[in-house]
Amino acid sequence: MLSLALDLALALVAAAGVLSLWRLLRGPSAPDRILALDTLYIDTIALVVLLGMRLDSPLYFEAALLIALLGFVGTVALAKYLLRGDIIE
Amino acid sequence: MNTLLDLVLSLLVLAGAGFTLIGSLGLVRLPDFYMRLHTPTKATTLGVGSLLIASALYFSTRGQGISLHEVLVTVFLFITAPVSAHLLAKAALHLRLRSAALVPAKAGEGKDPSQVAGA
Amino acid sequence: MRRLLPHPLVSAGLIATWLLLVNSLTPGQVLLGALLGWGIPLLTRGFWPEPVRLRRPWVLLRYLGVLLWDIGTANVQVARLVLGPPEALRPGFVVLPLRLRSELGVSILANTICLTPGTVSARLSADGRELLIHALDLDDPQALIQTIRDRYEAPLLEVFDPC
Repeated sequence: MLSLALDLALALVAAAGVLSLWRLLRGPSAPDRILALDTLYIDTIALVVLLGMRLDSPLYFEAALLIALLGFVGTVALAKYLLRGDIIE
Repeated sequence: MNTLLDLVLSLLVLAGAGFTLIGSLGLVRLPDFYMRLHTPTKATTLGVGSLLIASALYFSTRGQGISLHEVLVTVFLFITAPVSAHLLAKAALHLRLRSAALVPAKAGEGKDPSQVAGA
Repeated sequence: MRRLLPHPLVSAGLIATWLLLVNSLTPGQVLLGALLGWGIPLLTRGFWPEPVRLRRPWVLLRYLGVLLWDIGTANVQVARLVLGPPEALRPGFVVLPLRLRSELGVSILANTICLTPGTVSARLSADGRELLIHALDLDDPQALIQTIRDRYEAPLLEVFDPC
């Protein structure tokens, strides 16, 4: 039952990723695109965690942690850029 | 693995994936940026949080000792999601994005030096 | 004491983070975590503007419980709003006058607002006295402000602003 649930969950999260990608491409404004990118990386964390359970390997956790750290820094840097026109002041 | 655990894990995983999907669905459906900001910060974060808790539970019951490091990612996400949402909202206000709601004129325009000089 | 261990809370947090990160509780890792928890606050002393001081830690714990419960219910509510027709939503901005003065307190309040039902904190005014909030479905602005004040700001005032 769990493997069925995992497969279904993988499909749902992948659909979520596609929807975020649509907003990323469509965007009308820059903050919209950054928000879509932000959501996309969180969706990726979900995918990686689900894959870790599906393939029964704890190694995927490291990838999830790295994506979380780098994704946050990326979002902050982009938002900062919009606010100031510069990242490092 | 016993059935009850299986059931709990399946529920957590499906709820998590469902919330993640709702988060992205809101991103596509809602009409303006400020409204779109709401769903990824809340629904997606909770969705991934519940997936991570399911993962911690799953690996803890595999017989290789307790696995709690997923908690770290969960806590990290719950701390960072509001911060990035706040920064994006600030950037959107700064760029004067079109909004379905009326943006109040006061409330801290002072952050921007050029506007302080103008006022 | 103050010079050797400038931020006991930060140290405790760092030890916990290290142990979670390596996912084990062997004596060697506990020792290494303790070393990191002691060394990092000491080295970064200059970057901490004010010492973190908690007046009533148990209030903060109860606050955390309330917050987790609210995140759960808030999400069901937001999910319903998202799945319903978008035209029915009444978005709006609200200005919340702050009573909190401590910077850490205000940050925690702003983060809380972002995580709870249909609200995102958008901007803190330059003097730190007003917080601009965007609500996804605004029914009554006054009621929203009152809820935030009673439910979230009051316990934070107790913990961070001793007055």
